[in-house]
Amino acid sequence: MTAETNVKDAQPAPAVRGQVLMQGDEACAEGAVAAGCRFFAGYPITPATEIAEVLARRLPQVGGKFIQMEDEIASIAAVVGASVGGAKAMTATSGPGFSLMQENIGYAAMAEIPCVIVDVQRLGPSTGRPTSPSQGDVMQARWGTHGDHPVIALSPSSVGEAFTLTVQAFNFSERYRTPVIVLMDEVIGHMREPIELPGADTIELVERSSTTVPPEWYMPYENYPADVPPLVPFGEGYRYHITGLHHDERGYPTNRLNEVQPWVERVFRKIERSLSDILLYDTDGIRDAETLVIAYGATARSARYAVEMARERGRHVGFLKLKTLWPFAEEIVEHAAARLHRVVVPEMNLGQVALEVERVVGRHKVHRVNRVDGEMIRPAEILAAIEEWIR
Amino acid sequence: MKRQSASERLRAPSESRVHERYLRHSKRFPNVWCAGCGIGIVLGAIVRAVDSLQLDKNDVALLSGIGCTGRMPVYVDFNTMHTTHGRALAFATGLKMVRPEMKVIVVMGDGDALAIGGNHFIHAARRNIGLTAIVVNNYTYGMTGGQYSPTTPTGAQAATAPYGHIEQPFPIAELAVAAGAAFVARSTVYHVQELERYIAQGIAKEGFAVVEAMSYCHTTIGRINHWGTAPDMMRALKDRSISTRQAGNMDEEERQGKIVRGVFVDRDIPEYTQLYDQIVERAQEVDA
Repeated sequence: MTAETNVKDAQPAPAVRGQVLMQGDEACAEGAVAAGCRFFAGYPITPATEIAEVLARRLPQVGGKFIQMEDEIASIAAVVGASVGGAKAMTATSGPGFSLMQENIGYAAMAEIPCVIVDVQRLGPSTGRPTSPSQGDVMQARWGTHGDHPVIALSPSSVGEAFTLTVQAFNFSERYRTPVIVLMDEVIGHMREPIELPGADTIELVERSSTTVPPEWYMPYENYPADVPPLVPFGEGYRYHITGLHHDERGYPTNRLNEVQPWVERVFRKIERSLSDILLYDTDGIRDAETLVIAYGATARSARYAVEMARERGRHVGFLKLKTLWPFAEEIVEHAAARLHRVVVPEMNLGQVALEVERVVGRHKVHRVNRVDGEMIRPAEILAAIEEWIR
Repeated sequence: MKRQSASERLRAPSESRVHERYLRHSKRFPNVWCAGCGIGIVLGAIVRAVDSLQLDKNDVALLSGIGCTGRMPVYVDFNTMHTTHGRALAFATGLKMVRPEMKVIVVMGDGDALAIGGNHFIHAARRNIGLTAIVVNNYTYGMTGGQYSPTTPTGAQAATAPYGHIEQPFPIAELAVAAGAAFVARSTVYHVQELERYIAQGIAKEGFAVVEAMSYCHTTIGRINHWGTAPDMMRALKDRSISTRQAGNMDEEERQGKIVRGVFVDRDIPEYTQLYDQIVERAQEVDA
């Protein structure tokens, strides 16, 4: 047997480039292929099914593998198993399936196995309104699984970003050995926009770090280097153990107090020391603003429109669009809002990112604009909130 | 390869002692199992089966779920993974798809494989993906203290069935046959050489293979039901078991309470990852 996996024998993705009209779900799937994803396991669910459909066709074309599993629990499990085998791997789902996946997302965090989970959010709770948009899974992305562990979650607000942030999600997951969640909303997943697809040669790809030490020296969970130890795929001569139990540097279960908490601290440290790489956001007109609007996902589109309208009326309004939702951009928000008296946070939930903003800048400064009826927040609603406060 | 007797094995030079070549020297012992447990016997059978097939340890992955049986992989020098409760076959499916050349063995208990993991079990069989599933059936959840499992006999008592168990048990091997597995066999931890042979056959099989290893739990459900000591329950495995041929000559009443040992199915049906290779070829032809 050769050391090569047959996913690695795969040819590079055919260079798709130039302007195309595409749906957000399709762009996410194409972004995954461009990022080097060569394994997808999923289960049909509205509004994420298109991602599976595109990848069922696309992955075998590039030598990758697609499988429709018996449920979402099995899907994320297969994704983690494939990643242990050395493939960049992804699943896609919506709220109900995302709930089912939580235990194994925790496993991926505990075992430090890179993987990407796309959650195209729909209105919940429960079956809710399956074809209506929502941003109700922000806190589930952060706290959905039990125990303390860091998480990275990215939120695209356009079809173009569905592509680029999916690539970014793979890069983060491989670089930091951690599950990364792409939190789309239904509007972004199902919307069609013309986008400029970058050529394969222009996309920066990150591969997980490997090792050159002899197998008997290999420690899959040591602190070195930079708190992200190399991850060697199964089948390449480095036989080691992976478990969801607290484990020592070799991966063996441990109940030693001097090994448990240091592990938790390391996995937080590996994210915290790289915030400048992980925190993605756009700012506009923050310096001379009196009011700041913080938004993400599809709501950021309405918010941007509302900011423009307010400026036409002579208001000094700054705009902060968060692309990275977790870890929360504390310092960015703190800095942007330091001199301001008001921050408007529109979102399609009853205030999930607003909770974080309030934690950082204080409740008295924050004005929430919320909808949980499955309709988008209109620019006029955000504008009204800006104006009301100014009056 | 010539089979060694136990005493020959102990006298043999260390490099020829199977356990020294397959147990992890860096893993601290003792193991987690109670003295007298059958799980270690199954692990020994797996190791000797792998040895008899002369597989490269780098090409073998041993995955498990949660429970007493879930603790098996950590002790052996393969690519090992202790996954979540019930989901080991799903993890293994992903690994096997991207590493089809690897021998992927999955060990599970009866609760792990048939209750929380029951859906994955029947779907892995239906898909006929090339995994070897070894189910250690001790009729109970041993690690949590003897609650009733999907294989607990009707009428038995359990920690969660203090007035007697009213559900009927799953016949694991028969279920696997019906679900589409390519190879299905059952033996016991008493018939250890037979068990070892079936496991080797299962690993060598291209498709989904199931080996049900009948065991016991003398510290939980055995104690609750006064089934005796570990040797008593080991003896019961011997006394109660019959071959598939003997079973064929008995009527249903005579078969009651018997453990039928043997190969239940061994059929050549297309294996999933090999079929998927054809999908890749087809997709690339259309693409070109």
